[in-house]
Amino acid sequence: MNGENKVSTMASMFAEGKEPEVLFWVGCAGSFDERAKKITKAFVKILQKAGTSFAVLGSEESCTGDPAKRAGNEFLFQMQAVTNIAVLNGYGIKKIVTTCPHCFNTLKNEYPGLGGDYEVMHHTSFLNDLLNSGKLKIEGGSFSGKKITFHDPCYLGRANGIFEAPRELIRKLDAELVEMKSCKKRGLCCGAGGAQMFKEPEKGDKDVNIERTEQALETNAGIIAAACPFCNTMMTDGIKNKEKEATVKVYDLAELITDAADL
Amino acid sequence: MQYIPNIIFLLLLVAAIGLFARNIRRMVRNVKLGKEEDLSDNKPQRWGNMARIALGQSKMVVRPIAGLMHILVYLGFIIINIEILEIVIDGILGTHRIFAPMGVVYDLLIGLFEILALLVIVAVVVFWIRRNILRLGRFIKPEMKGWPKKDADLILYIEIVLMFLFLTMNGADFQLQKMEVMPYVQAGWFPVSQLFSVMFTDLSAGTLILIERGAWWLHIIGVLSFLNYLYYSKHLHIILAFPNTFYGSLKPKGEFDNLESVTREVKLMMDPTADPYAAPAEGAIPEKFGASDVMDLKWIQLLNAYTCTECGRCTSECPANQTGKLLSPRKIMMDTRDRLEEVGRNITKNKGTFQDDGKQLLDHYIKREELWACTSCNACTEACPISIDPLSIIMDMRRYLVMEQSAAPQELNVMMTNIENNGAPWPFNQMDRANWADEM
Repeated sequence: MNGENKVSTMASMFAEGKEPEVLFWVGCAGSFDERAKKITKAFVKILQKAGTSFAVLGSEESCTGDPAKRAGNEFLFQMQAVTNIAVLNGYGIKKIVTTCPHCFNTLKNEYPGLGGDYEVMHHTSFLNDLLNSGKLKIEGGSFSGKKITFHDPCYLGRANGIFEAPRELIRKLDAELVEMKSCKKRGLCCGAGGAQMFKEPEKGDKDVNIERTEQALETNAGIIAAACPFCNTMMTDGIKNKEKEATVKVYDLAELITDAADL
Repeated sequence: MQYIPNIIFLLLLVAAIGLFARNIRRMVRNVKLGKEEDLSDNKPQRWGNMARIALGQSKMVVRPIAGLMHILVYLGFIIINIEILEIVIDGILGTHRIFAPMGVVYDLLIGLFEILALLVIVAVVVFWIRRNILRLGRFIKPEMKGWPKKDADLILYIEIVLMFLFLTMNGADFQLQKMEVMPYVQAGWFPVSQLFSVMFTDLSAGTLILIERGAWWLHIIGVLSFLNYLYYSKHLHIILAFPNTFYGSLKPKGEFDNLESVTREVKLMMDPTADPYAAPAEGAIPEKFGASDVMDLKWIQLLNAYTCTECGRCTSECPANQTGKLLSPRKIMMDTRDRLEEVGRNITKNKGTFQDDGKQLLDHYIKREELWACTSCNACTEACPISIDPLSIIMDMRRYLVMEQSAAPQELNVMMTNIENNGAPWPFNQMDRANWADEM
C-alpha cells in the first residue's frame, strides 16, 4: 500500500475517530477472485479520483450469506447476517456501496428484517451519481463508435428493478449500446445465481452461460459490459468456449469507466 | 303445467350453484392446509395490482399476439355475462328478453355481445391453431401430456360451442321477430347472427321456436356445466387470477423471506445468557424447516397452484428449461396442485383428517434434480401474467433438503463449509480479504 492511495479499513478510521461517507462492501468474489479483484481495484481508483471518503471492512467482512440462503441453508445465512450486522451496526454504518448485485440484494432487502438497516447502493448507481454531480469526469471518445452490449444481472435488474443506471453509464461512454434478444425485465440469467456458481449444472443440452453468450455474440458488440463478478466469470467462460477472446471482451462497468477516465 | 320449465330451470340453477359452492368450499379448505401468513397489509397497493394485472391484463401483452387474443376472450367473457343475467331472470320468471324495454341500449348491448362472440370465436380458433397446428414449444412440453393437453383443448371446444349456441339462439330469434311470432318482441340488434340466419328463412315458426328454445337451453346448461368444470380444470384462473394478484408479493423480487423459526434459533445461539440445556416449552413441537409436502407451504403458494392456467410463459423464460434441464416452473405449480388435490381427497374420504398415504410433494412429484437446477433468477415470476411464484416453492423445498435432510449436492456442502469456516464460499483465509489493496 502506498501512503497516498491507502485504502482505509473501518477499524483504522474508527480508531482515528473518523467516519467515512460510505462503506465499500467488497464481497467474496471482489476479495479473492483474481478477475473480480480487478473490478474492486478499478472501483477503488474511481472512488479515490472522485475524492469519496470511503472505507472497507477488510478482515472483518464476511460472506453476506447469499449463496447459503439460496442453496437452502437459512441457518448459515442468518448466522452470517447477524454477525455482519453486529459489525456494521457496531461501526454505525449508514451507507454501503457494493460491486456485487448479490451482496447488494441481500444487504438491501434481507438484512433489514434481521436488524440491519442501511442505505445500500450498487456501484452502477453510485458511479452515475458521481458523474452527474461532477465529482468524476470522463473523456468521451475512447469508446465512441464502439458497440457495447449490457448483460443484466438478475439480482440487479429483475430482482431490484435497476435497469437504467448501467445503461446510462454506457451512454455516457459515448458508446453505442446494443441490446441482446433477452434484456431488461426479460434478461437471460448467466447461470451462476441460486448457488449454481459453486456446483456443476444439472444435466441438459447446454450450459446457461453458453446460451447467454450466444445472445451476446449475436449483437456483434466487441464489449460485453457486466455489472456482477459472477456474471463476468460466466460470460468470460462463454467467450472462451466460443473461442472469441480475441474479438470480444467482458468488462465490468467500473473498468470501462476507469478506462474512460484515464485512471 | 305451464310452470314446469321455470321449475326445471330453477332446479338446474340451484343444483349448479350448489355444486359449484361445494367445490369452492373444498378448494378453500385445501388452500387453508397451507401455513398462515398475513397478507392483508398495504391494501391500496394490492387493489392497484389487482386492477392493473388481473383486470387490466397488463402482463398479458408482453407477448402481443397471445395477449391481444386473450383480451378478446376475456372481454367477451366479462361482457357476455351481462346477457347471462337476462337469461337467468327469463328462465326463472318464464319471460322472454326481459331487458327488451331498455330499447336502444338493449339493441346496442345485444349487438356488442354478438360482435364479441364473433371475436371470441376468432381468438379461440387462433388459440387452437397455436396449440394443435403450430404446436408452440411451451404447449408441448412433457408436463403437458395427457390430461393437461385434453383440458386445454376441451376449454377451447366448450367456448366455441357456447358462442355458436348463443348466436344460433339469436339468429332464430331474429327470424321469429321478423315473422312477428309472440312472444318474440322486436328487440335487439343482431349484426352477426342475422348473417347466418339466412339458413333459417324457409323454416316454419314451430321449427324456429324449437331451434331457439333448444339453443337457449343448451347454452345455459353449457354455461352452468362449464362453471362446474372449472374446479377440475386449469381454467379456474378466470376467478382466482383476481385474489391471486391481490395477495401477490409486494416485495422486491430479490427479497426472499427470512425464516422466523430460524431467527429464533439463531438468536438463542447468539445469546450468551440463554440456557443451552433448557427443556423446550411443554407441548412445543419443533418446527419443520422448509417444505417436503403441500402442508408445509404457505396458503398463498397453494392458491398460486390452483390459479395456474398452465400457459407455460414461466417455463419458456426459465434458463434451466431453455437449456434442457429437467426443471419447469410450470410443472412445480402443476405438481403442487395435483398433490394438494390428492391430500384433499384423502381428507374428504377420511372425514376431515388426513391419513398418511406414504407420499409427499418431494420425490413423488417434484424431483430433486428439478430443484437443484434453479438459478433463482426470477424469470418465471416475472413472466407469470397473474403473480404466481414458483421460485418460493423451489426455495422452500431446498430448505427442507438442506436443513432437515442435509441432502445438498456435495459441491454445495463444500461451499457452505467454506462460508462457515472462512466467511467466503471458497477456501481462502478471512484474514486475506483485503490483500487486493496491497496490489494497488
